[in-house]
Amino acid sequence: MGYIALNQSSMVLTAKHIKKDFAGINVLRDVSLSARSGDVIALLGQSGSGKSTLLRCLNFLTMPDAGEIALEGNAISIETRKDGHLKRGSKQAIQELRTHAVMVFQQFNLWPHLTVLENVMEAPLYVLKRPKDEVRQEAQALLEQVGLSDKHHQYPSMLSGGQQQRAAIARALAMKPKVILFDEPTSALDPEMVGEVLQVMKELAKLGMTMIIATHEMGFAKEVATQVIFLDKGEIVEQGDPQTVFNTPKSQRFAQFIGAVID
Amino acid sequence: MLHGFLPLLLAGTWVTIKLAVAALILGLLLGITGASMKLSNSRIARSIARVLTSVVRGVPELLVLFLVYFGGTIVLSKLFGKYIAVSSFIAGVSALALIFGAYATETFRGAYLAIPTGQFQAAAAYGFYGLKRLRRIILPQVWRHALPGLGNLWFVLLKDTALVSLIGLTDLMRATQNATAFTKQPFTFFGACALIYLLLTSLSMIGQKYISKRVSRHIRVEG
Repeated sequence: MGYIALNQSSMVLTAKHIKKDFAGINVLRDVSLSARSGDVIALLGQSGSGKSTLLRCLNFLTMPDAGEIALEGNAISIETRKDGHLKRGSKQAIQELRTHAVMVFQQFNLWPHLTVLENVMEAPLYVLKRPKDEVRQEAQALLEQVGLSDKHHQYPSMLSGGQQQRAAIARALAMKPKVILFDEPTSALDPEMVGEVLQVMKELAKLGMTMIIATHEMGFAKEVATQVIFLDKGEIVEQGDPQTVFNTPKSQRFAQFIGAVID
Repeated sequence: MLHGFLPLLLAGTWVTIKLAVAALILGLLLGITGASMKLSNSRIARSIARVLTSVVRGVPELLVLFLVYFGGTIVLSKLFGKYIAVSSFIAGVSALALIFGAYATETFRGAYLAIPTGQFQAAAAYGFYGLKRLRRIILPQVWRHALPGLGNLWFVLLKDTALVSLIGLTDLMRATQNATAFTKQPFTFFGACALIYLLLTSLSMIGQKYISKRVSRHIRVEG
């Protein structure tokens, strides 16, 4: 029993039996995953396999139809009122969760009216309500970490896609999150900019950041992930450490998928 | 100069400016409120906003002014059981603000809908919601989309202030008419009056350009 307790204490984010329908189509059918501290989970799958939806269910940007999400072992309780809207307590629980499980988007979604530095400082200042001097120092250090120390006062529209995504990663880190959810972070980038973003993510993995990443980057998954999850038609059909799943895939569908990608 | 009527015209101009600026501030608040109601989840709020904007936009502006001025007196008198006159300045500001607000509601609504959904998702994902989301993330982006439309509405408002001369307020228009009646020199005074309105609108254009530069400073200029 002692071992189990220890394991649970290192559990950062767990999802159990997540289901989601969109207009009668089962986008997710009973999907579970768990991320321990320091885990890098690569969610693989074709477009439409449900990997982005799963990621968005983890912080309730998409509301799952059934299932349970837990942060460090504490389940987020979701209750709806008669009219279908969330109860006040549930809203607060979700908002609290989102400050610990932050998201990096495919389209970056930086706030265009704020400079790069202001983008990084915005949520720590106005959501976490932390002191300004401290937040500014941390934001500057984070921008240095992602290689943007010369871009503090530029607006997002003046940056390349790769720079914007690195700024978005700094914005995520500024929340001091327990886990970062990456929603296809390199899919909107020109090929020559993919590397610089993956490099930043690799460094985060080395520092022990817990990350869940929906991605098409096989090489990155092989090299950096501690766990690979392959989704097909809303189900997990392959799961395990990268060596095992890439070298000896158990399912026909995953074998086909990596074959198709390698070709 | 102008047969000694210049101070009168300038006093009228001052009234016109006060009216327009007060109606602008109140009208912007009404417009933001109206747009929030039209975009809200509550069906009651949406219906109220729809009816009010339809009525105000559907009747002549002069009628809105008369309804507020004369109707306001009747309603207030009934409400408090004694005769209460609505001051013509307050009636003028209220009527002009109502008209401005009704049109601005649509401008703000359109500007809000022009914001990409990714912005709302990013706001949600980082813990912004409710008024904080509106003030910190959404409104700053709304201004940029709304500004051209609001600029137009301001020009209309500035000139609509001339309507208040009909409820006894001595604005620029009324002052000009007084001067004309006394001197029998309509061309001189209506010409001077037109020049003053043109001066006000020209200054407004410069102001609009400045504000528009400020709210779009984050937009990259190509080439």
